[in-house]
Amino acid sequence: MVIAIGFEGSANKLGIGIIRDGEVLSNCRRTYITPPGEGFLPRATAEHHRNNILEVLREALDVSGVKPKDIDVICYTKGPGMGSPLVTVAVVARTVAKLWNKPIVGVNHCIGHIEMGRLITKCHNPTVLYVSGGNTQVIAYSNQKYRIFGETIDIAVGNCLDRFARVLKLSNDPSPGYNIEQLAKKGKTYITLPYAVKGMDVSFSGLLSYIEEHAASLLSSGKCQPEDLCYSLQETVFAMLVEITEERAMAHCGSSEVLLVGGVGCNERLQEMMGIMCSERGAKLYATDERFCIDNGAMIAQAGLEMFRSGTTTSWENTTITQRYRTDDVLVTWRSP
Amino acid sequence: MENFEGFEKVRQGAEARIYVGKYLGKLTLVKERFEKKYRHPDLDASLTKDRIKAEIRAIMRCKIAGIPTPAIYLVDLERRSIFMEYIKGLTVKEYVEKSEAEFSEIRVDGRGNLNNMLHQLGLRIGHIVARMHCSNIIHGDLTSSNILICPGNCDGGSELEEFGIDELMVTIRDSLCRSPSNQDYKLVIIDFGLGKTDSSAEDKGVDLYVLERALLSTHPKVAPKTLFPAIMKGYTDKCGKSAPEVIAKLDEIRMRGRKRTMVG
Ligand SMILES: Nc1ncnc2c1ncn2[C@@H]1O[C@H](COP(=O)(O)OP(=O)(O)O)[C@@H](O)[C@H]1O
Ligand SMILES: [Mg+2]
Repeated sequence: MVIAIGFEGSANKLGIGIIRDGEVLSNCRRTYITPPGEGFLPRATAEHHRNNILEVLREALDVSGVKPKDIDVICYTKGPGMGSPLVTVAVVARTVAKLWNKPIVGVNHCIGHIEMGRLITKCHNPTVLYVSGGNTQVIAYSNQKYRIFGETIDIAVGNCLDRFARVLKLSNDPSPGYNIEQLAKKGKTYITLPYAVKGMDVSFSGLLSYIEEHAASLLSSGKCQPEDLCYSLQETVFAMLVEITEERAMAHCGSSEVLLVGGVGCNERLQEMMGIMCSERGAKLYATDERFCIDNGAMIAQAGLEMFRSGTTTSWENTTITQRYRTDDVLVTWRSP
Repeated sequence: MENFEGFEKVRQGAEARIYVGKYLGKLTLVKERFEKKYRHPDLDASLTKDRIKAEIRAIMRCKIAGIPTPAIYLVDLERRSIFMEYIKGLTVKEYVEKSEAEFSEIRVDGRGNLNNMLHQLGLRIGHIVARMHCSNIIHGDLTSSNILICPGNCDGGSELEEFGIDELMVTIRDSLCRSPSNQDYKLVIIDFGLGKTDSSAEDKGVDLYVLERALLSTHPKVAPKTLFPAIMKGYTDKCGKSAPEVIAKLDEIRMRGRKRTMVG
């Protein structure tokens, strides 16, 4: 039996989770929420994590009923993400590794999402759409790497949604994306917005600047309501995402499974659209809910546990963080070639 | 396609159904961009229409610039279809994959020949992309499936029969190996639905980036060292003065991905 504890804090979510052989024993989280119209900045986010991490650690241990001595490996997010929040969390992970005298592994955040999705949904070899505040990637496994088939050539889809929410001054509680989704349900009028698929990649910056430029006049002229803008935005960006998932990766890999991961992955409209595409192709969609889709500690524990079981640990000198860390940089030692 | 007798569905891609049959006595391929149920009907209708128009416009511009593309016979927006000349040939993807398989089987002093042949092919692809870009045509979805390769005399003939892939392979490979620069075979560009007919250096850079990414994932063994470098050489040779700016853009676009901090 292997027990792993995972520490995550690469963005505005702070999470610590404990996993025993694929069973989630605890998965505790705090989110740093900023006022409407504002994004989260590195320094304030790091401060939030610093102020909360010991309490979250205590909670994760208590909920799981696991004693530090029972834990086999400490896992933390090495990157990608924002520098100071990453450091804040890594410092605590390093400290407990020394205190409890345990091996430590640095985990790629994106791989954490993928492995958690595979664990929860029990899919085998899916085409993965990874969509979050910082990432938009279509990924498929081959030959010990998670290879990136398509991605954004500018900003991430979640970033596009967040900044759109700021333009409309929507609340960031619990997340801008959630509030866009709720408003979109009430939208009726569909407005054409820039749609940008380039080969297997997508681009959102043109769409965002279009909104930034035109939102005020569209709303004040009564052409549409905020609900309609949310609705049209979702219809447009999600169609782009489904298109690159289908056209490229699935066609290329002959894949019949799609796994949706990352914070945007819990959007029900995106799940619905992806589901329709899958059923038309005789494929199956796998998705998780906000407990596992949104950044959390258990996902880092799960990926770290897989690494640890396949013989990978991180040497003390290498327990650093890195803001840039690509999904395809990691050698996937725990899956067959 | 029910009203057109003798047309047979030969392929269902992600975006389009492909039918082949006879139209006005000519061997014709019909590309029908079918409805996507997952997207909003208005979005679906406007994307389909835009892409059919983009495809026709880019093919016309290529024709004017002397770049080989299928002849367009009919455009039917109602039916969401383009009727075009059927090219008897292989996709570059099929050609490269078959060549890889055969060369490793025969081991005719091995990779030297394969590399040489692919280098010649890459140069030719580079030339064509350069000619498109010089005419301000952006393809938008350059992949090895969207370039067809066929013997130089492939036009004419109205029958689909006696279409021997192996024979084609031999003809094409012979002409590639024997005299690299000869015109015994032709490259035909297809699938311009994401095309544009006005362009900046950024667009051209993205076009090459898309091609590079597609080749690296489709042909991981030969693309990095042989095929793509040859394409870039062919491109640079043909493009002249404007090449450095586009290549600088390509580098910048590649770096954007590497440099991006990926939060969350
Ligand atoms: N004019 C043509 N002649 C012969 N084969 C063609 C022609 N056009 C398309 N094809 C074949 O059909 C496939 C799909 O057509 P394409 O236009 O690329 O549509 P898709 O959007 O589905 O990729 C091509 O990869 C090629 O094999
Ligand atoms: Mg194609």
